Amino acid sequence: MTADSSPFAPDQHHPDTAPAAPPPELFALFLAFAKMSLAGFGGVLVWARRAIVEQHRWMTPDEFNEAFALCHFLPGPNIVNLSVVFGARFRGIPGSIAAFLGLLGPPVLLVTGLAALYSRYGEIPALQRSLNGVSCAAVGLFLGVIWRMMMPLFKRRNPMELSLLAAVFIAVGLFRFPLPWVLVIAVPISIALTYAVRMRIKKSEAAS
Amino acid sequence: MNNPVSLLFSLAVTFGLMSLLAIGGANSTIPEMHRIAVDVHHWLSDGQFADMFAISQLSPGPNVLIVTLIGYHVAGLLGAGIATLAMCGPSAMFAYIVGNMFQRASHSPWPALLQSALVPLSIGLMCASGYVLIGTADHSWIGLAITLAAAVAAIGTRLNPLWALAIGGCLGFVGIV
Repeated sequence: MTADSSPFAPDQHHPDTAPAAPPPELFALFLAFAKMSLAGFGGVLVWARRAIVEQHRWMTPDEFNEAFALCHFLPGPNIVNLSVVFGARFRGIPGSIAAFLGLLGPPVLLVTGLAALYSRYGEIPALQRSLNGVSCAAVGLFLGVIWRMMMPLFKRRNPMELSLLAAVFIAVGLFRFPLPWVLVIAVPISIALTYAVRMRIKKSEAAS
Repeated sequence: MNNPVSLLFSLAVTFGLMSLLAIGGANSTIPEMHRIAVDVHHWLSDGQFADMFAISQLSPGPNVLIVTLIGYHVAGLLGAGIATLAMCGPSAMFAYIVGNMFQRASHSPWPALLQSALVPLSIGLMCASGYVLIGTADHSWIGLAITLAAAVAAIGTRLNPLWALAIGGCLGFVGIV
């Protein structure tokens, strides 16, 4: 028992049924999102889950997953969407604005400072070289993220999904067609194909 | 084109539209950002685009911050603010509306269908982003090797990504890249 009560094994003794904490005040929302944003190097999602589910207990893990799934298929920066949906759920429009400003305000100020430094000193050769090295590594990390996202698709080996993926890659990556046109064509096709496949599966299930 | 008001307007329109096209997150619009900022408007060079991607990855916060850097480069403080708001505002309002509609778990099959239709497209876009970024950042075999090493580290280890960035920066500083 004592081994289990280690502070590094949080949440396991508090199943999904644990009652949520009282809804956060506006300033608490702002502060929580500012903190997770500033902690989040290379992605805020992990920190958002930690703060919302484990630290503040504003949502159960299931509620969080549901809110994030919604934000993931909406257009726009996922985590920004999450801040808006989350803030709205507790405090309406003011809550959305507080969470949005908390998430974006501090890092935008910081990055604007960096942008000013870059525009003044960006031409210095040593800085130029260092940034070039950083960007090579940053692109590699980015490829790693993409690889992880692709694995489930490759494992499913669904020819329709893989050809849609390849078609979008070729159109946008290789041919550099404008994104609006590609999406205007690709989104309806993908929805129609996905729908058709589901209907066929349903039919064959009904027949058997 | 150098009229500041028309520049700000151009930033607002460009990123306001992109906000609603960002399927699966801000990173899937990197090819479009690059196409518009580098190829169409010549706001930045390839190298500057790569630098800004690097700075945005070095900073804490959401991935969308590369937009802030581009905005600042094009039109100063006001440009940074307008580009950021344009990239986040429209999709945030959309998310607010849809979030209210789906407040309770819905049993409609459409959200799930839409999601599985969009996943392959968003991953295809991410692959295009990766490809475009390799083109802007890696100009040498050693640069490409650093990229590959960082990718392998990201896939195979739990190393903090900041280490990869720091090592890349040091190798660049000493003039190896």
